[in-house]
Amino acid sequence: MSAPRGSAILAALKTAGIEFVVALPDIVTSDGLLWPLARQNDIRLVRICKEDEGIGICAGLGFAGKRSILMMQQTGLMDSVNALRAVGVEYEQPIAMLVGLQGKEPGVLPSKSGKVSVSAIEPILDALGVDHVLVETQDDEAKIAPAFERAFKTSRPVCVLIGTPPLADGATK
Amino acid sequence: MMRRDECLALLAKRVRDEAIVATYQAAFDWMRLAPRDLNYVSIGAMGIASSHGLGLALGRPDKRVIVLDGDGSLMMNLGSLATVADANPTNFVHLVCVNGVYEANGSHPLPSAAKVDFAAIAKGAGIANTGTIETLAEFEAELDTILTGEGPIFRALMVTAGAPSKQDYAFIHGAETRERFKAAFTR
Repeated sequence: MSAPRGSAILAALKTAGIEFVVALPDIVTSDGLLWPLARQNDIRLVRICKEDEGIGICAGLGFAGKRSILMMQQTGLMDSVNALRAVGVEYEQPIAMLVGLQGKEPGVLPSKSGKVSVSAIEPILDALGVDHVLVETQDDEAKIAPAFERAFKTSRPVCVLIGTPPLADGATK
Repeated sequence: MMRRDECLALLAKRVRDEAIVATYQAAFDWMRLAPRDLNYVSIGAMGIASSHGLGLALGRPDKRVIVLDGDGSLMMNLGSLATVADANPTNFVHLVCVNGVYEANGSHPLPSAAKVDFAAIAKGAGIANTGTIETLAEFEAELDTILTGEGPIFRALMVTAGAPSKQDYAFIHGAETRERFKAAFTR
């Protein structure tokens, strides 16, 4: 199964009407998505120092009527749980997240990973009641735009988990 | 040193259509002094007031956003100063009420409270327009800059607690508060 394409993820963000990407670098999505995002001008990239900052920035953008996503590694998601709980879950704000699962073994479901840093993520999101989808292959690319649409239509957090490093433009595997 | 409520009262006399993002004790004082729909007090998690404000400022560059932060809150999110400097929103003002204690949590002292220079930290993070305000007269003299100067602007306000304000957590966390703000801000 082929890894998802960064260009397809970028296209999905545009389909979902995303105008801002608020991001901390994540090694899973760095080459295939974050660098291409940094080289384009249609979506504004806001670089942050800590992931929970991003929860606040995305909330503020939402109050301004703008759609944004927060890109980070799953370690940053764990660091942001209190802000996600308060702002996303309790305040019912559309915090849309795209999270790289650093260290996930290829072809292994996150729940079956031998690494706590991976296997704990879905249970944490489930405990918070946060909707999540897993993107591992090109077949999964079609899940991305609808997932983010759900966040904005329901005004609830949604997390797109990236289990395989997205392909950079021109790469085939 | 100045009383926080006396300082904020001077700002309250001058605000018009600015969004005011206020956190904890500053928020409680501000709600007493200037109740209005354009107050954004639903910070949720301590420390990220400036981040909420940055999102508002980036989303509506035509509107001025003034953050009333606390020193304990900012200490939890010092990186936000570099983020603001990088994003460089010209409509963003960050005022930090410096009293050296976690006032909402029993008034325990901040680490290194007497030595921390927030204006120097903001300057070091890349924000060009920074300063420290110690008296009401200085604050009044700075109000034109705060309300009309090109941002990002950062000022540390050296304050003591003033008259007690009702700690209305139900209001700041209430859905209706957020809805009223959003309707006013997107108008």
